[in-house]
Amino acid sequence: MVRFLIVRTLTGLVVLWLISMSVFALFYVVPSNVARTLGGRQATPETIAAINERLGLDEPLWKQYASFVGDALQGDLGYDYYHQVPVTTIIAQAVPVTLSLAVGAAVIWLVLGITNGVISATHPRSLADRSLTAFALFFYSMPSFLLGLVLLYFLYFKLTQAGYAWFPPGGYAPLSEGVGPWVNHLLLPWATLALVSAAAYTRLTRGSMLDVLSEDYIRTARSKGISERRVTYRHALRSALTPIVTQFGIDLGQLVGGVLVTETVFSLPGLGQTAIIAITQQDLPVIIGIVLFASTAVVVANILVDLAYAVLDPRVRIS
Amino acid sequence: MTASTAGSTATPLLEARAVSKEFPAGGTSLTGRATEVLHAVDRVDLEVFPGETVGLVGETGCGKSTLARCLARLYDVTAGEVWFDGRDVTHLSRREMRPLRRDIQVIFQDPYGSLNPRRRVGSIIGDAFAIHDLEKGAARKARVQELMELVGLNPEHYNRFPADFSGGQRQRIGVARALALRPRMIICDEPVSALDVSIQAQVLNLLIDLQDELGLTYLFITHDLSVVRHVSNRIAVMYLGRVVEQGTVEDIFDGARHPYTKALLSALPTPDPDVADSREHVVLSGDLPSAVDPPSGCHFHPRCPRARADCHEQQPPLEPVDGDPVDHTTACWHPLAHGESLTSAVPGLGIPAPEEGEP
Amino acid sequence: MSDPIMSAPTMSDIATTGHVPRTIEGRGPWRLAWLRLKKDKVAIWSLVVIGLLVLVAIFAPFFAWLTGHPPNVQYRETGLTPDGLPVGPSSTFWFGTDDLGRDVLVRVAYGARVSLGVGVLATMLTVVVGVVVGLAAGFFGGLVDMVLARLIDVVLSIPFLLVAVALVSITGPSLLVTIVVIGFFSWASMARIVRGQVLSVKEREYVEAARSLGAGDLRIMFIDVLPNVMAPIIVYTTLLVPVVIVAQATLSFLGLGVEAPTADWGGMISTAQRYYRTAWWFIAFPGSALLITTLAFNLFGDGVRDALDPRVDRLIGR
Repeated sequence: MVRFLIVRTLTGLVVLWLISMSVFALFYVVPSNVARTLGGRQATPETIAAINERLGLDEPLWKQYASFVGDALQGDLGYDYYHQVPVTTIIAQAVPVTLSLAVGAAVIWLVLGITNGVISATHPRSLADRSLTAFALFFYSMPSFLLGLVLLYFLYFKLTQAGYAWFPPGGYAPLSEGVGPWVNHLLLPWATLALVSAAAYTRLTRGSMLDVLSEDYIRTARSKGISERRVTYRHALRSALTPIVTQFGIDLGQLVGGVLVTETVFSLPGLGQTAIIAITQQDLPVIIGIVLFASTAVVVANILVDLAYAVLDPRVRIS
Repeated sequence: MTASTAGSTATPLLEARAVSKEFPAGGTSLTGRATEVLHAVDRVDLEVFPGETVGLVGETGCGKSTLARCLARLYDVTAGEVWFDGRDVTHLSRREMRPLRRDIQVIFQDPYGSLNPRRRVGSIIGDAFAIHDLEKGAARKARVQELMELVGLNPEHYNRFPADFSGGQRQRIGVARALALRPRMIICDEPVSALDVSIQAQVLNLLIDLQDELGLTYLFITHDLSVVRHVSNRIAVMYLGRVVEQGTVEDIFDGARHPYTKALLSALPTPDPDVADSREHVVLSGDLPSAVDPPSGCHFHPRCPRARADCHEQQPPLEPVDGDPVDHTTACWHPLAHGESLTSAVPGLGIPAPEEGEP
Repeated sequence: MSDPIMSAPTMSDIATTGHVPRTIEGRGPWRLAWLRLKKDKVAIWSLVVIGLLVLVAIFAPFFAWLTGHPPNVQYRETGLTPDGLPVGPSSTFWFGTDDLGRDVLVRVAYGARVSLGVGVLATMLTVVVGVVVGLAAGFFGGLVDMVLARLIDVVLSIPFLLVAVALVSITGPSLLVTIVVIGFFSWASMARIVRGQVLSVKEREYVEAARSLGAGDLRIMFIDVLPNVMAPIIVYTTLLVPVVIVAQATLSFLGLGVEAPTADWGGMISTAQRYYRTAWWFIAFPGSALLITTLAFNLFGDGVRDALDPRVDRLIGR
């Protein structure tokens, strides 16, 4: 177990190192016009040279990379080009928003997806199964930005027009202002992010449960007179969870993308919206900071998922 | 039993010289090296002379299929040499092996696994021609259909898929594929053990007929002694990666020296009920030990009813027992005398009682 | 299928009868899958819808001709209200107009070109790269596999959309960049699936048989291994198309899709989000077009999966 953890962590570090190289290459090497962008159209060659020197862009590449990594390791991701705010501060401000959105949505989609999947699998071909499967397919095919807009149109705009102003059009209320406003502002974003993924998990759970329920040991358990409920939840679901955990690990990377879109649609000031703004402004330190931060988060979360996997399925530990 | 036993003066067509094959086993350490080694084949010498059939017999897991794959150069050997037609082929590269592939072919055990399910039979059998750039177009098709005839398949089924055939028919496809290049040597890796007993005889007879017709040399691998008796001139018995006894069919069946050979023979079904009743049944106790950590000395000692203290210490050499012909060799410190029965040899040495209705 | 093949004639039989042997076609695994697929009504209807969408994309100019409204012409007089807002569906503008007074119907039709074009091209890129990498990793094993498997892990750990958006912002939006970026980040899952399949297929005896006949690596890879891992590749490919289409639309929605006047669904919805209170049609029509497209591909992909192998779904997960 300890060895598994070590190997996995080393792999994660290699992954992070490679990502840092790629990010560096993409944003420092490819565009040679950072200074030009910063200096504006009327920049004189002297201004550009000065900017290059200030940003260290005149150093040899390997030196730039070394100082980039060195600083990043010390928690220094640089300052944004426009307001000279430390990138770490910008990220720190945005993280609670994104975390609220992502964790809430993940909980909703896992609960919803697994429950629906179990219902479908335990009553195959029933009306419930068919409608849940159809629902799942519908939401699975739905781009999240479209779902967000549809929810905004009906649940915010139409309801408010009809005199029921239950939902805000967007924005964020921190937990410090109370749980009520916090939840209220996040309900539609959560739904947007969760429904699309819940659909995928319904399909996954259904397939995986159907497989497990047809196995011999489940039949044996039934023939021993163990109650159906106990068979389903105690015996079958545990085995069926393994592929779901795997998928969850893979989806963590996708979650970042979903967050980006959802935050844009509902104007939530999280990492996603911050990144999009930074991108439109070509604010490189912020872009790199957020990409690195998000990648690290995904890698760490993946290690945690692998650990959960090893707990669920002891065979993994051997390989 | 088609060809006469070759004289010892002839050059072997296929020869293993102290061949060993090890596999990494167990987990890998942090540095990526295997923590344990499985000794699948351990310094085996074997000669197959032109025109004869050598039967290689042993329990599942004794390394006989691994040896076959080493001899066919499907695996690289860990140590030792493989000779073909008087030439050391141990270290030939894949490219250098290509011309030799026309001379050595393999018939595989699993008629389901050995045929690509996505390809038509004609293309499977014709694969050899495609790989060696031999016949093309209509000529290739004619050759393939000729081969199908030869092995008793309907050539009209040229365009069918393996799934359309029964196990016996699939094995005939495998035979046709092996014959395509007109090889001199065919290694048959348990060619009938996956088939129904009723089909086994048909395929065996086909192999024997083909040997007559085409002058083939066979190395015939099986765990079934009755099959070997049917097809072989000489027999080598393997146990845990080593050859423990080798000789002509008569030597082995009538004058087995090694207790392991004797035990295998005693498990053979006999058509005559009187003989069956009077014959001793020896049930080997225990399972085949792990080849990762084989027993010391003679590998067979933990299961051997005749085992004594010295058997633990040193590996017995494969040599003729006094009075045996030079080509009947046995690796045993305490070989059986002629006609000696295994049970009477050393009484009270822990042989399980004969079982009624043994399978 | 238990024809009496065993009673086939021997050498001498043929010699005497001397007729030229006919050949009897076998029903291959692909043919059987197609027969199963044909029975799946939902899948066939989805295929019809996909066909119609392709026709719409190809004959987009037909809609311009039919309505008399080229896709990029702004009808400031008839196509906008006096306040400068889009006008709703009418006999002139069947799907209404957009914020610049352009015909939404014609632009939705032209948008199909972008969505399907990117969908197909980026998927092809993804499949080619994914299959080659997965095949190489699984087949050669050892160091090659170790390096490629790590590479797959790395690409899967990169937050795709974030980096894609950042990349496109550097290079500037263009269809080529979109295709390359999507392809670059999507091949890893395909490679992972192919690798796993190859690992099991390469241990089959027929691969050994090919080797004993003297076949080289390339021949074994493409003639013996690849056809036997095609089923999951095909299933994953059909399910990848809608994912790619959504990815393109999302990039467009974030303002990084195609260059300005070109019509595309994600871009239209992006602009329309500012008008969702006043001009529902501006979101509804491109949105429905997008949803119908992804639904059709997903339903078809499900059908293909069931037809090829009901158990494949566990490999793919989604």
